[in-house]
Amino acid sequence: MTSLASTPVLFQRRVLNALFQALCGICAVIAIAVLGYVLWFLFRQGITYFKPSFFTRLPDNVNPALGGIKHSILGSVSILGIALGISIPIGILSGIYQAEANGKLCQIVRFLTDVLNGIPSIVIGLFIYAIWILPYAQKHPGQGYSGIAGGAALGIMMIPLVMRTTDEMLHLVPQSLWDASLALGTPRWRTMLFVVLPSARNGIVTGIMLALARVAGETAPLLFTVLGNEFLGPITGPVDALPLRLYKYATSSDPVQNAMAWSTALTLILIVLILSILARFLTRAGKRS
Amino acid sequence: MQTTPCVTVQNVSFWYGSNQALFDINMTIPQHAVTAFIGPSGCGKSTFLRCLNRMNDRIDGSKMTGKIELSGQDIRDRSVSVEALRRTVGMVFQKPVPFPMSIYDNVAFGPRTHQLARGRALDELVEKCLIDAALWDEVKDKLKSSAMALSGGQQQRLCIARTLSVSPDVILMDEPCSALDPNSTHRIEELITRLKNEYTVIIVTHNLQQAKRISDMTGFFLRGELVEFGSSETVFGTPARKETDDYINGRFG
Ligand SMILES: Nc1ncnc2c1ncn2[C@@H]1O[C@H](COP(=O)(O)OP(=O)(O)OP(=O)(O)O)[C@@H](O)[C@H]1O
Ligand SMILES: [Mg+2]
Repeated sequence: MTSLASTPVLFQRRVLNALFQALCGICAVIAIAVLGYVLWFLFRQGITYFKPSFFTRLPDNVNPALGGIKHSILGSVSILGIALGISIPIGILSGIYQAEANGKLCQIVRFLTDVLNGIPSIVIGLFIYAIWILPYAQKHPGQGYSGIAGGAALGIMMIPLVMRTTDEMLHLVPQSLWDASLALGTPRWRTMLFVVLPSARNGIVTGIMLALARVAGETAPLLFTVLGNEFLGPITGPVDALPLRLYKYATSSDPVQNAMAWSTALTLILIVLILSILARFLTRAGKRS
Repeated sequence: MQTTPCVTVQNVSFWYGSNQALFDINMTIPQHAVTAFIGPSGCGKSTFLRCLNRMNDRIDGSKMTGKIELSGQDIRDRSVSVEALRRTVGMVFQKPVPFPMSIYDNVAFGPRTHQLARGRALDELVEKCLIDAALWDEVKDKLKSSAMALSGGQQQRLCIARTLSVSPDVILMDEPCSALDPNSTHRIEELITRLKNEYTVIIVTHNLQQAKRISDMTGFFLRGELVEFGSSETVFGTPARKETDDYINGRFG
């Protein structure tokens, strides 16, 4: 009969086990601690000016402490809205194409979207500036910068991300679901649209939210496209955005505005958070009906 | 027993790439009867079943030769649309796969696709299919809730209701009870026996008792060949071939 007493080998295993468990635990704690520290720091610094007037007023140059960032919030939200409007249809439809078609063209498209994904955001901003804003400004001096152009820049950045998620999520849908629908005599397009896509919906929405969160903080492409603004303007002209405001306040010589930079950062993070929660809520509600 | 032929199969062979899965199958499946296919795992029962509604079309590199006729019409004829064929030859799978939508929408999906009914007529059609599939009493109060929340046995009956919803002539069933408890199995067997008044049912099963209980005709497959095909009484009582006898008496490896 095997002895139940501890042997050197068993002892060694137990020590190793404990060691690795501790190591994993420590690493997890470090990762969470960094995140926690960032959030806590942001909260502590940002809470000073986190009051209603901060969200309902425009910047006040005479008395900065009374000013707000209403126009930056509205600007960011509309720019992100445009980015979503561009990237969701293009990204999802090309993602479907990636998942369903195969052949040379498909491989080329896949490779090119990977390249697009790797292009630094500032280059995309520069691209929009070169093909859109500069030509316009040459014809109409003093004009050209617009919220729409900024939305287009961020939208282009989101396309490969949305496309990739759609492609991956569609691949996760089991063949059996396809079969079940096709066996009813359902055409392929109808199966995709009403059976396969809905069952991949949650993953796709999550992917879109992640992509949105990623571009929400982009500053570089906005510098060339929306320019920034001290006032509330229409999106057909220069508008302000949270990352631009953040940069402006952080590099300002006024200590009040320096402090407001933190509140702006906190606002940006909250908006992303609210959008994510909203998306979760929407997908959950959709599933129940 | 009525013996109008419903499906006639002539010299059907099937390949997955270079791997031949079916060898020269010939049979005539009668209308409004239950036909069962039995045989060891991997012998090609599912492959054959999927030939009957052309579900194998999608598999890359697959090839079929021979001829399958449904009520006298070649199902691979150019004039036949796959969608129309699959509507006429419905299929129930081994694993129940409800669509990610409500119970009602699951059953209404097919009729909506083929524009068979709408409004009140659709409600009535859904109700009729759920009654036929012996599921109505359990779900009539929660038609709007997700089909994913049903039990495995209920899901399978939902899938049967969904198949009935487009009024097929033939229903193919690939081991429909293998994931179910004895009680659900019993209900589905009853259901199949009732269905044969209106439909031609073709079922693959590993449960020999089940095949014997519910089927009128039985086919025994072995290594891609149809070894024996005849009335269930003959196949289970006095099989003509030794392999069949060995298999149904459990003397087979
Ligand atoms: N999609 C496929 N691609 C390639 N080969 C396949 C495919 N499906 C089945 N086969 C092969 O074809 C043969 C017959 O398979 P089939 O699924 O028809 O058997 P079966 O009788 O239904 O078995 P089981 O009782 O286990 O379901 C097997 O050798 C299998 O490996
Ligand atoms: Mg099988």
